[in-house]
Amino acid sequence: MSNRVFAVVAFAFAVAFAAASQLIPNEYFFTAAYTVLQFVILATAWNILGGYTGYVNFGSAAFFAIGAYSTVALYNAFKAPLPVMIVVGTLVAGLAGLGLGYLTLRLRGVFFAIASLALSVVLFTFIVNWDYVGGARGAYVLQPREVPFGLPRYIHLLYIVMVLQAAVALIVARTIEKSTIGRGLAAIRDDELAAECSGVPTLRLKIFSTVVSCALMGMAGTTFPLYLSFIEPSSAFSLSYAVNSIAMPLIGGMMSWIGPLIGAILLGSVQQLVQVMFSLGAWNLLIVGALLVLFVTLAPNGIMGWVDAWRRRKGR
Amino acid sequence: MEASTALVINAIIAGLLLGGFYAAVSLGISISFGMLDVVNIAHPAFIILGSYIAYIVNDRFGFDPILVSLVLSPLFFALGMVLYRIYYLCFEKRGQESLRGLAFFFGILFITEVTLVLIFGVDYRMVSTVYGDVTWRAGGIDFPMRLVVPFLVSVTMVVGVQLFLTHTFFGRAVLAVAQDQLALRLMGVNPVRVKELAFALSIATAGVAGSFLIVIQPVQPAIGREYIGLVFAVCVLGGMGSIWGTLIGALVLGIAESFTSTFFGPSWAPAVSFGLLLATLAFRPSGLFGR
Repeated sequence: MSNRVFAVVAFAFAVAFAAASQLIPNEYFFTAAYTVLQFVILATAWNILGGYTGYVNFGSAAFFAIGAYSTVALYNAFKAPLPVMIVVGTLVAGLAGLGLGYLTLRLRGVFFAIASLALSVVLFTFIVNWDYVGGARGAYVLQPREVPFGLPRYIHLLYIVMVLQAAVALIVARTIEKSTIGRGLAAIRDDELAAECSGVPTLRLKIFSTVVSCALMGMAGTTFPLYLSFIEPSSAFSLSYAVNSIAMPLIGGMMSWIGPLIGAILLGSVQQLVQVMFSLGAWNLLIVGALLVLFVTLAPNGIMGWVDAWRRRKGR
Repeated sequence: MEASTALVINAIIAGLLLGGFYAAVSLGISISFGMLDVVNIAHPAFIILGSYIAYIVNDRFGFDPILVSLVLSPLFFALGMVLYRIYYLCFEKRGQESLRGLAFFFGILFITEVTLVLIFGVDYRMVSTVYGDVTWRAGGIDFPMRLVVPFLVSVTMVVGVQLFLTHTFFGRAVLAVAQDQLALRLMGVNPVRVKELAFALSIATAGVAGSFLIVIQPVQPAIGREYIGLVFAVCVLGGMGSIWGTLIGALVLGIAESFTSTFFGPSWAPAVSFGLLLATLAFRPSGLFGR
């Protein structure tokens, strides 16, 4: 399937899916689906750098929070409309990724990983001390009174936005994967030195995939303050984002765009179920952490790895 | 003495004392990351685990937490051996340590933290010691014992490890692993065995450092995360694999943090280590005493 056809199909599917689900009478569906879709975007975005390029980003929560807090700042400044919030949050997160990447990607890969982990702590400190966006107390971001397009409630609009954002993330990921850039990234992942020697512009490609990945993570966060109506640093910087956006691609499979999607839907839904049935937040995180360790030690290629192995056996 | 001079001297002393503790916290990373090339980002989780074990024993029996951690350090040593075995078999042997190995340690960090939250909740825990509330005063300068005692034990531990590495056969084998594993193999030494024991040593130091932490301040499971940036900042600043560098780097960071909290407020202190880490990576990636 060519990229353009895939983009059209993905968008058509997203629109149809969003429209059809408006018939669902249960309001809780939209709240739960919003969270799962948020993880679809985060996992897909993480995989652009982690799966395709082989660089681990532990700072998903930081970039997510950048998106969320740029929305808070815009809301406080002039009650910006939703599209402006989404675009600005995406750009700011991409810029932060550019800065981090430029400083650390020239060194060994592990330094990027460590710096991304430390970035969460520092940005957290920064937000806690920044009173304009609420500081440690948190800030209210109220949903607009009237909902556009004749939708019954604002959460329906946020849900549709999330479906479209997920489609955008998947299209971007697949386009990169199938392009020459994607092949360059795969070369970096498999052997960076050999790639550099064969004329692959490694630094430029690494910075490119970092910026795209971080920008998409920021995009996932832009509607978050509106979703909750209230945001505080510890919810925006929740470690759950960092661990989930790593666990989901690893469990689904990191080699193609479909792995993170499967991982996110599976793991995201399981967490929603556990939350609803047992209302045990901490247990949720323990399950994700345990699954991450189990998969990474016992099934390093994830669910898609099993599928591929099964296909090969059948083909023989 | 003038008030501002006293403030500066107090900040320096507090920073040095804090830095001694940071040296103990980073010592393990200096071994595992700096020498063995094992990026153990779960190191702070074992520090917090050490804090909680010291807390439990202190709470039940009233023993001194630092003494407890020294007695129980073989437990952490054994834990480190098991962990390295798993890491070696699943990642290092297959050449997958860069991405999946990191994710593995991240998962371990996470599981440890969440398990501690499930057992103990998110309340701050503290220990009671005979020296906890004692403060020496000399010419307007404070020497709080809850910082001085960990500082002394910590510096002793760092010096001890350095002497061990340079003056014993096994220690030199560890240094050799850091330089050339193949050569070590040709000399008839098994590098995996050496790395296993050295990694175990690094986890043992984490357990002891955990007891320092809970003597210095109250502990809850999530504060381990603040130390991730710190330990790597100290390790990189000091120069990879240099124990003396780790000690100096830790003292520098301690003083920088102490000045930041004195003059800008304590809520900014966590940002210092990251700033220092980024600056080191940008301007001198090999660190102060790097090879």
